[in-house]
Amino acid sequence: MNIEAVREQFPILHQQVNGHPLVYLDSAASSQKPRSVIDAVSRYYELDHANVHRGVHTLGSRATDAYEGAREKVAKFLNAKSAEEIVFTRGTTTALNLVASSYARSVCKEGDEIVINQMEHHANFIPWQQAAKATGATLKFIPLQPDGTISLADAEQTITPNTKVVAMTYVSNVLGVVNPIKEITAIAHRNGAVMVVDGAQSTPHMKVDVQDLDCDFYALSGHKMCGPTGIGALYGKKELLSNMEPIEYGGEMIDFVDLYESTWKEAPYRFEGGTPIIAGAVGLGAAIDFLEQIGIDEIDKHERRMAAYAYDKLSTIDDITIYGPKANRVGLVTFNLGDIHPHDVSTVLDSYGIAIRAGHHCCQPLMRWLNVSATARASFYLYNNEEEIDRLVEGLIRTKEFFGHAIG
Amino acid sequence: MQLDDLYRRVIMDHYKNPRNRGTLNTDAVTINLNNPTCGDRISLQLQVEDGKVIDAKFSGEGCSISLSSASMMTEAVKGKTYEEALGLAERFSGLMKGEDVDFEENEDIEALSGVNKFPARIKCATLAWNALRKGIEQQHV
Repeated sequence: MNIEAVREQFPILHQQVNGHPLVYLDSAASSQKPRSVIDAVSRYYELDHANVHRGVHTLGSRATDAYEGAREKVAKFLNAKSAEEIVFTRGTTTALNLVASSYARSVCKEGDEIVINQMEHHANFIPWQQAAKATGATLKFIPLQPDGTISLADAEQTITPNTKVVAMTYVSNVLGVVNPIKEITAIAHRNGAVMVVDGAQSTPHMKVDVQDLDCDFYALSGHKMCGPTGIGALYGKKELLSNMEPIEYGGEMIDFVDLYESTWKEAPYRFEGGTPIIAGAVGLGAAIDFLEQIGIDEIDKHERRMAAYAYDKLSTIDDITIYGPKANRVGLVTFNLGDIHPHDVSTVLDSYGIAIRAGHHCCQPLMRWLNVSATARASFYLYNNEEEIDRLVEGLIRTKEFFGHAIG
Repeated sequence: MQLDDLYRRVIMDHYKNPRNRGTLNTDAVTINLNNPTCGDRISLQLQVEDGKVIDAKFSGEGCSISLSSASMMTEAVKGKTYEEALGLAERFSGLMKGEDVDFEENEDIEALSGVNKFPARIKCATLAWNALRKGIEQQHV
């Protein structure tokens, strides 16, 4: 994988920020877009746009083909059995809320259990917390190991025959840890529960095979994998999706509408009421083409190399605390620099053109577990290189100096 | 973008030696506010009497901007009537919008004018002032 050739394809990277070449280390929040994705979206609007599944005219067919073609691409990318198992959503958040609102709220009752854990992003936390509250089910947490990992023994302990739903992220957006989803799914299934996977941080970075994982639902966001914002997908096993009620009613999701009763289209269409984000889906399809052209395994290897390099380099800075395990980590490093607040760290780095994330990363329960109010996070993608990590380290040393002089 | 525009010496002084950090008696008015973008919290306590803020203390976590702003705010409002305190909060909003505001004897606060050029940090600076407004508004009910 030739990083410089990859970088060339991302127009946004070639600019100065605050007088320095941009170092973009916030891809876990949102990735940048290659030329091919930007062009695919413009071309769609310039040549093919009309509403989908409605018009009999030529543009209507082209738009429908483009939209459904993107669904095929997502299905193949995840190795789903068929495109019918892919629901387009606004992103991971909408996808997880759909499962919680439609599936969990109809299946769970008092005495049942929903099992999550404290590393989850708010998007895979609050929907279950609220579904439990609404149904009277008990919300249970698989405890985290001291290094932030999940042990299968703890999962075995927490998941019981009363458990109806287990929800877990494949990759933590803070700790960078890869969870043993396949093994946890087997435990969930042995107990008769469905397995819901938050794939927001895994899909952009590593090979995902939903049939091999055997998970029941899998959610992803387009904008974290080189695609546009506002588009994502929910994979769901066909037999589950087919028996779920829609949560949004409107155009295009109906089979027949009568004065007092209505019936729904088959899945996935019953979950896509209203005009969908067609251009977004087209862009997501182009993003998948782009990632596949480079090779998702190549991307994975590159990022793990970046993460290891960053971990080692950052570890040499005095007073730095790095969160999460060293091993089995994807391309991100979350840290705190002495008692300098992450906001201050981020502002100083920004003055050197370096973009990182500072805050709670939508993981307040995890921040409490780590006993911090906020952290700083540098995250890497296929377009980042060692030189940028060196610039980060240099920036952090300057941050320390700046606050050392200012405070000391 | 100049870091020194943001991190002025007086801000760093309040950050390093925050004034009025701590807690007051239990009968003081207590306002807890979060900065939802980072999870930081401030707990502001106001001792009020006859329409005046007699004493003010704050506790909680925060960055240099939010802590120094809280420190300056608590210094400024002591002895002020509700109207005067709200007037200061109003002037502080102006400062965050880039207006040229005179804080008279509380001129330290003017050092925060640089925050205006760092839009992502305005919420940090206004957290303590929002707590102040909330606390005084509660007294008017």
